[in-house]
Amino acid sequence: MILVRQIVRRAASASQRSLLALTLEHGPWYLLQLTLFVLLVGPIMALGLYALARAWFYPQLLPQEWTLQPLIRQLSSPSTSAALSTSLLTAGSVTLLALLFGIPAARVLGLRRFYGRDLVLLILFLPNVVPPLAIGMGLNILFLRLGLAGSTLGVVLVHLVPVLPYAIFALLGVFERYDESYELQARTLGADPLQVWLRVMLPLAGPGIAVAALFSFLVSWSQYILTLLIGGGQVLTLPLLLFSAVSGGNPTTIAVLALLFAAPPLVAIALAARALSSGAATIGQQY
Amino acid sequence: MRIMRRQQRETMIVWLSLAPALGVLSLLIGASLYYGIAQSLGYLSIIGKTQLSLDAYRNLLTASTPAAGEFWPALAFTLWISAASTGLAALGALMIAVAVCNRQRSADGITLFALHINLALPHLVWAVALGLLLSQSGLLARVAALFGWIAAPAEFPVLVRDRYGIGIILHYMGKEIPFLVLIVLAVLRTQGAAYDLVAENLGASPWQRLRYVTLPLVLPALSAGSALVFAFVFGSYEVPALLGVRYPRSLAVLALDYFTNPDLNRRAEGMAVSLMMGLVVLAVAGLARKLKRAS
Repeated sequence: MILVRQIVRRAASASQRSLLALTLEHGPWYLLQLTLFVLLVGPIMALGLYALARAWFYPQLLPQEWTLQPLIRQLSSPSTSAALSTSLLTAGSVTLLALLFGIPAARVLGLRRFYGRDLVLLILFLPNVVPPLAIGMGLNILFLRLGLAGSTLGVVLVHLVPVLPYAIFALLGVFERYDESYELQARTLGADPLQVWLRVMLPLAGPGIAVAALFSFLVSWSQYILTLLIGGGQVLTLPLLLFSAVSGGNPTTIAVLALLFAAPPLVAIALAARALSSGAATIGQQY
Repeated sequence: MRIMRRQQRETMIVWLSLAPALGVLSLLIGASLYYGIAQSLGYLSIIGKTQLSLDAYRNLLTASTPAAGEFWPALAFTLWISAASTGLAALGALMIAVAVCNRQRSADGITLFALHINLALPHLVWAVALGLLLSQSGLLARVAALFGWIAAPAEFPVLVRDRYGIGIILHYMGKEIPFLVLIVLAVLRTQGAAYDLVAENLGASPWQRLRYVTLPLVLPALSAGSALVFAFVFGSYEVPALLGVRYPRSLAVLALDYFTNPDLNRRAEGMAVSLMMGLVVLAVAGLARKLKRAS
């Protein structure tokens, strides 16, 4: 009832004032909104235009011709496809390890209240905020000595520092809503531990785990500085390729590589759209 | 007796489940800290240096050495970009969140989706895209030329790779506004609408509602989020490296430059910069945690 009254009142007050008065009154506000809009959407538009335009010179506002050629050329170039597979391999392995270590940890953190739990959460919070630069510089010499520097294994290990806490916090949200008594019921009815895992745990927590895995993949996929410091320029992932392309300075190459680099995150968002809009998952700023 | 044994078993299961994750993380972070501190104190056995000293810190902090000549401007620059991006992002986020909240429900989904897309894009992609938008022959310069505001690309203001870090600040605004909007919206959604409606029915103006209802409501969460943003901007490397100039540089860029310097003696200074950076970040993040607890 209150709501109806409010709507009626708003509509009435809007029609009373003239359009011009409204524009004058809200002018600065609209300008501010326009600035924010340009800031939030402009870069994406620029990226798309530069990646897909043919011979698009200043001061043309829009390209006369569109082309997929640079994109195809990049995809078929050996260095790009090598970087693509290195990136996929690294991020995939990191995600698997993060789930392997993260699920048991998140499960007890979500379901149990035990002495020392707050301390554990604090320890997990630290690598979330410590700059990757500091971590990578400290580990550089140790990894050199262990022979892990310059190897994909070394890069995978060091990616775990930002990814594992991220995965655990994402999974924590899943297990805090998880009802353990279903497992108990299954056990009482004679299911063995494997059956409980496959028939009870996975169906219940599976979607949440999938979303956590998706975003863990993204955190690893986006790492630049850790890969550089531990990979030593020998483990060439897509971000490293993009970074060196920027110093090359060709806008089309830069835009196309950036688009390739951005594709998995965009797919991930599309896949996780429902979980995100219902508030069941959050991305955070860990990139 | 049996109950006690079961409790012990429970405790053991808890710690066994935590062991792999905690083990990996504490090993990696502990090692990083140990070797980081050792190197910042000049311990570098590869070149036969095993004598510990505070030289690196002294070189950086006392104003007469060349390293200090770079350190203090870099610190000031880093503080400037972190504070400016955080403040502007918080302001923008507050505006957008309030605007979204005041609109009808149907627009919500699309806005949220757009915000998530923005959040998911890696910083590197965003920085590159911003460069293409703002460069002197970029998309905005073309718009300006269309309206006749500029006659040649050189007349377009330098907004990326500029002395004042404008490009870097614009970058972090674009990336961190969505992060903060989602934080503010979460608060407004769970508790905002009712208070706002009551205030409106009691005759409060939109400005009064914003000032006395919405702002106090979201401030704890918003400041916790802002502290996280500050810590993140302060410590990150890619964006100032891509969108900044050679002087003044950010601390992260300076640290890596020293660290990869062919002169191995500079490594200690690079390490010292990165440790001091880490200290600042941890202090700010600790503050964020405290603020979040309070909210």
